[in-house]
Amino acid sequence: MALLSFERKYRVRGGTLVGGDLFDFWVGPFYVGFFGITTLFFASLGTALIFYGASQGGTWNPWLISIAPPDLKYGLGLAPLKEGGLWQIITVCAIGAFVSWALREVEICRKLGMGYHVPVAFGFAIFAYVTLVVFRPFLLGAWGHGFPYGIFSHLDWVSNVGYQYLHFHYNPAHMLAVSFFFTTTLALSMHGALVLSATNPAKGEEVKSPEYEDTFFRDLIGYSVGTLGIHRVGLLLALNAGFWSAVCIIISGPFWTRGWPEWWTWWLNLPIWM
Amino acid sequence: MLTLSKLTTMGALAVAALSLGACDIGPKTSEQGGFRGTGIAQISDPDNKIDPGTVPPPPYELPPPSGPKASEVYQNVKVLGHVSQEEFDYTMAAITQWIVPADAPPEQAGCNYCHNAENLADDSKYTKVVARRMIQMTQNINQNYSDHVKKTGVTCYTCHRGNAVPKYVWTDPKPSDGRLMGNKRGQNTPSPVTAYASLPLSTASMYLGLDAKAARVQSKTIHPTTLNLKGTKDAEANYAIMMHLSRSLNVNCTYCHNSRAFAQWGQSSPQRAQAWYGLQMVKNANQEYIHPLTSVFPANRLGPQGDPYKTNCATCHQIQRKPLGGAQMAKDYPALLTLGPKGAVPGAAPAGAAPAMPGMVAPAPAAAAAAPAAAGN
Repeated sequence: MALLSFERKYRVRGGTLVGGDLFDFWVGPFYVGFFGITTLFFASLGTALIFYGASQGGTWNPWLISIAPPDLKYGLGLAPLKEGGLWQIITVCAIGAFVSWALREVEICRKLGMGYHVPVAFGFAIFAYVTLVVFRPFLLGAWGHGFPYGIFSHLDWVSNVGYQYLHFHYNPAHMLAVSFFFTTTLALSMHGALVLSATNPAKGEEVKSPEYEDTFFRDLIGYSVGTLGIHRVGLLLALNAGFWSAVCIIISGPFWTRGWPEWWTWWLNLPIWM
Repeated sequence: MLTLSKLTTMGALAVAALSLGACDIGPKTSEQGGFRGTGIAQISDPDNKIDPGTVPPPPYELPPPSGPKASEVYQNVKVLGHVSQEEFDYTMAAITQWIVPADAPPEQAGCNYCHNAENLADDSKYTKVVARRMIQMTQNINQNYSDHVKKTGVTCYTCHRGNAVPKYVWTDPKPSDGRLMGNKRGQNTPSPVTAYASLPLSTASMYLGLDAKAARVQSKTIHPTTLNLKGTKDAEANYAIMMHLSRSLNVNCTYCHNSRAFAQWGQSSPQRAQAWYGLQMVKNANQEYIHPLTSVFPANRLGPQGDPYKTNCATCHQIQRKPLGGAQMAKDYPALLTLGPKGAVPGAAPAGAAPAMPGMVAPAPAAAAAAPAAAGN
């Protein structure tokens, strides 16, 4: 299908959530909408503030630039701008931009008359982010428990927060999340390999139909989920990866403070064998 | 009739209830350790606070250091002869209160636990010989390991807490018998020793025992070289002893380390240097004071390999950052604060002159500057 053949279907008026017809127009190939405006506002302001923070941070090395959250002593209050206040405003901007983008996706879905799968899927990513910088800090009583905005610094944060629980691989939700991430990549690689094999036949042969693809997996593992089904499987795996990531970090601290290996003593202490 | 979906729902609910029941609900307290945003923090549950224990009051008011010396009044006083007789009696009364179990049988109660009631100077009871050496160990710790024990110091009670044998001790493990079936090879057993991880259980003997070695596994080069031939199993042992430290002090790894560079002293907290001195102190106590008493102990005071019960971090700390919550106890017992003029018992290594341990690496200047004296002790 050529791009232009569904451009006509895409560029229909209506379906907006806010603003009626006011922002219901396109700039070049881009739909604007009320949430396009808010996305632009939050994204520009947040990016500008990151650059301002970087200018105050002593380095322009892109790996080392870091906008750190406030000290824990500020609790759930506002911090001075250069002592974490910037992080707080940038966090508001980030959430504003992400949520605006998701709602813009909703408006586009409504225009196309399709389901909300794409904004829902993006919603899981937003949920994971908000869990890290809002829900968990809120439950622990200080914005300072959020992660810093920097390439290396956020990795260092992840490492240290993991070691706050001695051995994070014993976190049951982390186990699930990691398994889902790996399974997502496994499914994607197998699916990609299958499609590439079917569409790149040997010289002189025709491109293979989905029946060939199904037959391959029926031979290999006794079952083929099918051409539509594999995308449902992929969505399920990917969303679970993000969801259990959010769970694994929100239980670390708000619901468990000791080493994760010790959590499993509930199993050892079951009355069956105690 | 139970359908599959009902069964699944019930199972899911049961698992959810059990695992949620294992969680700590309620507000938490947190303390920041490093720069903001580094994730260096201690988060704790006020509902799970561990009682630091209470310090027993002195037996009576500390007598003045005047009057005749203990060595002038009593026979066979080798370690506390330089203190006044009155202070000696006071110290003995305190030690009795600290060490002798409250439920000891009459012939072992009170002074009789260590002394021959017919002749208090007699060394025939092994407990007296051990106690004498342990008093020296306490004095040595207070005098030479102030980098670790600071001004708080230690007394017998810091470890003993009213027990003849302190609660947190260890002995060498039995070596593998070579079986294949059911042989866990000294690991994969949930135990508080490794904070319930599947790591090796007997790392105290590797790092704190007679042949203790420095816990160094990280390479200092990017690419593999022959300079460091340590493998995964060495790293696991290293992690296991670190789990022991965490568990003993009820802190997480970030109390001492910035996990982005565990080995870097410059990025570690000051507590790490203090812990390093503590490890040297424990090695010294085990090697110079406890292990030489092996032949003195009766069989029931030895582990399966015939070695005496030794100390690790938990022996004093007992799941507290500071033993007894940092209570200032030793100041009430000045006889335990410094080694006596002669210091040594015949047949035992001179206290306070422990040899430098092989493989011991001094901390980087940042840490050494804080306390340069004890590195060779």
